[in-house]
Amino acid sequence: MNPPDISLIPLLFASIFTSNILLANFLGMCSFFSISKDMTSSNGLGMAVTFVLFITSGMNWVVYHMVLVPLGLEYLRYIIFIIVIASIVQITEMVIDRVSPKLYITLGIFLPLITVNCAILGVSLFLEIREYTFTQSMVYGLGSGLGWWLAIMLLSAIRKKVEKGPVPAPLKGPGITAITIGFMAMAFIGFGGMLPVQ
Amino acid sequence: MDFATVLVAPAALSAISAALAILISLTDKVVNNYGEVAIDINGGSRGLKVNGGANMLVTLAESGIFVPSACGGRGSCGECKVKVNSDVGPHLPTEIPYLTNEQLEENVRLSCQVKLKGDVEIEIPEYLFKIEQYEGVVERIRDLTHDIKEVYFRLTDGELDFKAGQYGQIEVPPYGKVKEPTQRAYSMSSVPSDTNHVEFLVRLVPGGIVTTYVHEHLQEGKKMKVIAPFGDFYVRDTEAQMICVAGGSGMAPFKSIFYDFVEHGTMDKRDIWYFFGARTKKDLFYLDELNELQEKYERFHFIPALSEPEESDNWDGATGLITEVLDEYLRNTISTETEKEGYLCGSPGMLDACMAVMRERDMAEEKIYFDKFA
Repeated sequence: MNPPDISLIPLLFASIFTSNILLANFLGMCSFFSISKDMTSSNGLGMAVTFVLFITSGMNWVVYHMVLVPLGLEYLRYIIFIIVIASIVQITEMVIDRVSPKLYITLGIFLPLITVNCAILGVSLFLEIREYTFTQSMVYGLGSGLGWWLAIMLLSAIRKKVEKGPVPAPLKGPGITAITIGFMAMAFIGFGGMLPVQ
Repeated sequence: MDFATVLVAPAALSAISAALAILISLTDKVVNNYGEVAIDINGGSRGLKVNGGANMLVTLAESGIFVPSACGGRGSCGECKVKVNSDVGPHLPTEIPYLTNEQLEENVRLSCQVKLKGDVEIEIPEYLFKIEQYEGVVERIRDLTHDIKEVYFRLTDGELDFKAGQYGQIEVPPYGKVKEPTQRAYSMSSVPSDTNHVEFLVRLVPGGIVTTYVHEHLQEGKKMKVIAPFGDFYVRDTEAQMICVAGGSGMAPFKSIFYDFVEHGTMDKRDIWYFFGARTKKDLFYLDELNELQEKYERFHFIPALSEPEESDNWDGATGLITEVLDEYLRNTISTETEKEGYLCGSPGMLDACMAVMRERDMAEEKIYFDKFA
């Protein structure tokens, strides 16, 4: 294993800003689109995604390097990663239901759907492909989560403004949202060269 | 590749899954432990202390209060409505389709969808306290038609007090691919005076869990749980003419109602028109019994109608869809002077069509009572 030579702070910032999982890799779009309508739920889902990403990237690293690699079962990673993610989401769901029933109801179906949020599986696969160390993985997971959270908060704030603007009828709703995301992505990718993730 | 290598992958997969499952159930134990919660029923008339964490329907049933539920808590029948006076969070998307605007405003909830997390105050109809669970032993089981069976239970642990027309839920044990006990609702076809027996008519529904069990596995001497009585489908105590319509196993409540009338001498006091719809002669049953009632009681009229009689049936009775026959009688035969009440039992499609006919013939909407099989 040759872990990339990146120190943790730049990696954290790179994963939040320049290689934002949403705006640079376009992963985790479905809930990004639908939940960003409402700022409170965006905040809640952002928090949940960050939590799940942080935990699963650590757990998946351990499972991959401690179990799958020694046993020569790397090919099982897709299925194992998904199982780990599903369990963590299940646990997150129970905790949110207990701690904030209101948030639980607002997130509704999107909470269990974090399981199939491609950002989460994407991060787990990235850290395996890029051969991150355990700490790098945790930092990358955390950064990606924070990046996702930041992006959905930004988008929901922009959508609040755009809603009041004179949007042409055919572009209302998803149309203008997709265009907005495009502009956001350009802004984020503009800094792409400054901080590498691998 | 030797044998051991083949086993490594499934073993690793199972081990990881098991570890995660343990983690989940530990979290469940810690997080979902709501301790003891109090349920206050009908403004203090009853109080319960129960363990929180489960849904209200199950928790109430464990305490012996059986809120009706035809689907067994899957949120697909909308029967288990309970008015909740405490804040238990907003209505879930799973509840909204089953509630009217008025019910939404009053915070009526589907008890199977509400998780008990703290003390609650609820209101439920008083009659629910009469609902109990009985153990029944099949005393007799016989074929009425090619797809309807009559099942007669003896209740071994108590007497059932119900109004003719009400229904009960029978619970079948796990069998074959069905891993959990399953409950379904059926109208009682026995008379209320026969307090230590109860009878149901069960029509085979292809793929149905309970009907398949009853038709293929149930034998005399087998035990089954019966929870009863439920429902508000019973005869209102008035002088009005009764226009009764049934199809298939919708016969059940009417059998109970008519024989209850015979016992109480009501048969001579009201005009009763009983329309029974079937496709062919082989779908008809209890003909002799009902014809006998018709001969004996002048004011009881039994009109079986076949929609697709076969030539071999030699049918000389009414022909056509039950709605057409009903319409014909309402226009030409049944007196328009006296007040009428409608009693309907059968499939949703048949019921809706019959109700449309009744409304068109000026019967009052609020005087049409029905029991819909969903």
